[in-house]
Amino acid sequence: MAVKNIMIVGVGGQGTLLTSRILGGLATAGGYDVKLSEVHGMAQRGGSVVTFVRYGGKVAEPIVEEGQADVLIAFERLEALRYAHFLKEDGVLIINDWRIDPIPVVIGAAEYPEGIIETLKKEHKVYTVNATEESKKLGNPRVFNLIVLGIAAQHMDFSTEEWYDVIERTVPQKTIEINKKAFDVGYHLVS
Amino acid sequence: MSETKKVIMLGNEAIARGAYEAGVKVSAAYPGTPSTEISEYLVQYKDDLYCEWSPNEKVATEVAIGASVAGVRAMSCMKHVGFNVAADPAYTVSYMGVNGGLVIVVADDPGLYSSQNEQDTRMVARAAQLPVLEPSDSSEAKEFMKQAFELSERFDRPFVFRTTTRLAHSQGVVELGWRKEVKDRPYEKDIRKTVMMPANAKLRHIEIEKRNLELAEAADTLSVNRMEMNDTKIGVITSGIPYQYVKEALPEASVLKLGMVNPLPKKLIEEFASKVETLYIVEELDPVIEEQVRSWGIKAVGKEIFTVQGEYSANMIRRAVLGEELNIKTPAQVPVRPPILCPGCPHRSVYYAVRKLGLHVAGDIGCYTLGAVAPLSVVDTTICMGASISSLHGMEKAKGKEYIKNWVAAIGDSTFLHTGINSLMNMVYNNATGTVLILDNSTTGMTGHQDHAATGRTLQGDLAPAIDISGLCRAIGVKNVFEVNAFDLEALERVIKEETARDEVSVIITKTPCVLLSKEKKPLYTAHADLCKKCGMCMKPGCPAMTRREDGTIRIDDTMCTGCGLCKDLCKFGAIELVKAGDR
Repeated sequence: MAVKNIMIVGVGGQGTLLTSRILGGLATAGGYDVKLSEVHGMAQRGGSVVTFVRYGGKVAEPIVEEGQADVLIAFERLEALRYAHFLKEDGVLIINDWRIDPIPVVIGAAEYPEGIIETLKKEHKVYTVNATEESKKLGNPRVFNLIVLGIAAQHMDFSTEEWYDVIERTVPQKTIEINKKAFDVGYHLVS
Repeated sequence: MSETKKVIMLGNEAIARGAYEAGVKVSAAYPGTPSTEISEYLVQYKDDLYCEWSPNEKVATEVAIGASVAGVRAMSCMKHVGFNVAADPAYTVSYMGVNGGLVIVVADDPGLYSSQNEQDTRMVARAAQLPVLEPSDSSEAKEFMKQAFELSERFDRPFVFRTTTRLAHSQGVVELGWRKEVKDRPYEKDIRKTVMMPANAKLRHIEIEKRNLELAEAADTLSVNRMEMNDTKIGVITSGIPYQYVKEALPEASVLKLGMVNPLPKKLIEEFASKVETLYIVEELDPVIEEQVRSWGIKAVGKEIFTVQGEYSANMIRRAVLGEELNIKTPAQVPVRPPILCPGCPHRSVYYAVRKLGLHVAGDIGCYTLGAVAPLSVVDTTICMGASISSLHGMEKAKGKEYIKNWVAAIGDSTFLHTGINSLMNMVYNNATGTVLILDNSTTGMTGHQDHAATGRTLQGDLAPAIDISGLCRAIGVKNVFEVNAFDLEALERVIKEETARDEVSVIITKTPCVLLSKEKKPLYTAHADLCKKCGMCMKPGCPAMTRREDGTIRIDDTMCTGCGLCKDLCKFGAIELVKAGDR
């Protein structure tokens, strides 16, 4: 199988690590060769973070490069815009419609761009969800990433059983049920 | 756990697994990105081995050397700049050689994801005449660790195991193996090998030159060095993570993949060079392989087309080697998002007070380095671990007591115990004037919450005596030692003002745990638009949970607020209110 390239971008602390590990576990269980690349340390402190997941017959480099991503999952609008050029021509962009101001915006040194989603829709296949608000309805705003992942799952070739299985193996015991629920919300969302 | 199954592992996890399978009995480390997780994964094997956090990399390496002298397989782990701290024992254990296998794992950081420089460990290892193994993925990371211990014992050389951020923090598929139970080697007293005084060291130097030659010769046939012959138009010598980029970018090319990057396999390289039309050398950072290969009269293309800075990529190699014009869209011009102090971080409050008093800060290595960026912008210098205190002292000796009253040093608890304590002893001894803030958040923060000698717990999870930092400061002769809650702005300002005015050494310990440490339910604040006067006072500390609504009033992001209350304390109009009490 040709190598599938997935990117998860967001703000340090939003849980990109957990999400990439779910994807990694999923592809490993599917019998693929898998590589993924994470960000630790200073960049995790509220900075722009990007993690890569690649799986297929044989994977060499652990990173996804510009113009190569099949699926780009963005946990925040500005980060979607920042990394959109990593998408393939027919790549899919899934955006959590949420805004976190970076420090230059907070202190008034820069403006948060307007109309990000409209701009991106002109060039890419874009699916959006306000997963942060949706997850608050479920009772835990931290599981928003599973909602976003649920949408991504619509564009990937794994069964719901496989997804449930990896969620059970990856998230903390106490949060398995709510994470599965969050995944379902995204998986059945028509966007 | 079934011992034959394939699992996906982080590079650092694979290194830990490799150490376990190699029969390592002792490991010591100081946390440092990107090396930290090695020890955190190793501790799961604590029934079979001992591992610890040491106060710094020099101590950690000496612990490992002791274990090796005693006859067991041992290792120490650190980031590249930590290897500078460990340089003293490393250069000399190179002369001593080993009893039990000895491996020093050093993680470089091309691209400076979390470091103050981009130094190349291979250069340091060459200077210390230490052999170096370097893996290209998680699977090799595990296997090469086992090789490193075998080779260390076979050639009586301590080995450096070099990784980079991309390898350390990438995951790949690994096949698990069994732990090899290695019998302890007997310790036989032989001071010619273990007492490095001039007469002995002189002879050891001769001996290790011989050993290195033997190793260089063996390198030609070691399985870690591998020739992959393909089309011979392009030949590439590479190692580590760049090997993966070469395989992506030049799938047709012939490749000499080096697993041992010091000493180099000269014959193998000569043979490979003779088989290919154009020889490229692809290595991140310094031209370590290239300069040696060229010194042997072999023509090769290297740093004239490849940078010495940052990480490589397959696209970069396609452009440089094939001259391909890649059809890549221009990235959108968007505001940068640099790392910042977390919402509720106690450092923010301390720095706010320091900024209000108009003081300069001699800074140090840790989360609190982030006080250098706007809007706090209080940190003037950041050099290396412990340098805040000693550079403050240097400034005072240069410019006098009055000058230094406009400065403070700021250092974290873990960094203080790492090397800051030496600098403080120096201040006391040399009759200094100066104020040191120890930002004690009860953990090693930036690397992801590791215990240290003042937390009361060890890496293995055992209870331990916690060093009393204020007691320690008093014991070495600091007369003025104060403890303050980091969020008590009034007390903080008062004590900093009083102590900086003093003609003596003062230590102010701001004692409030890292906000990410506690799992308790956090309080939550909200900002009332009708009461908000848009004055911006609450925005001054630069908390990322605070933003302005379109009309300029303040909004607090309820998914980010951790309820530290700093903004509430700064609001003069009562617009910020506690809406949910927490457990604190």
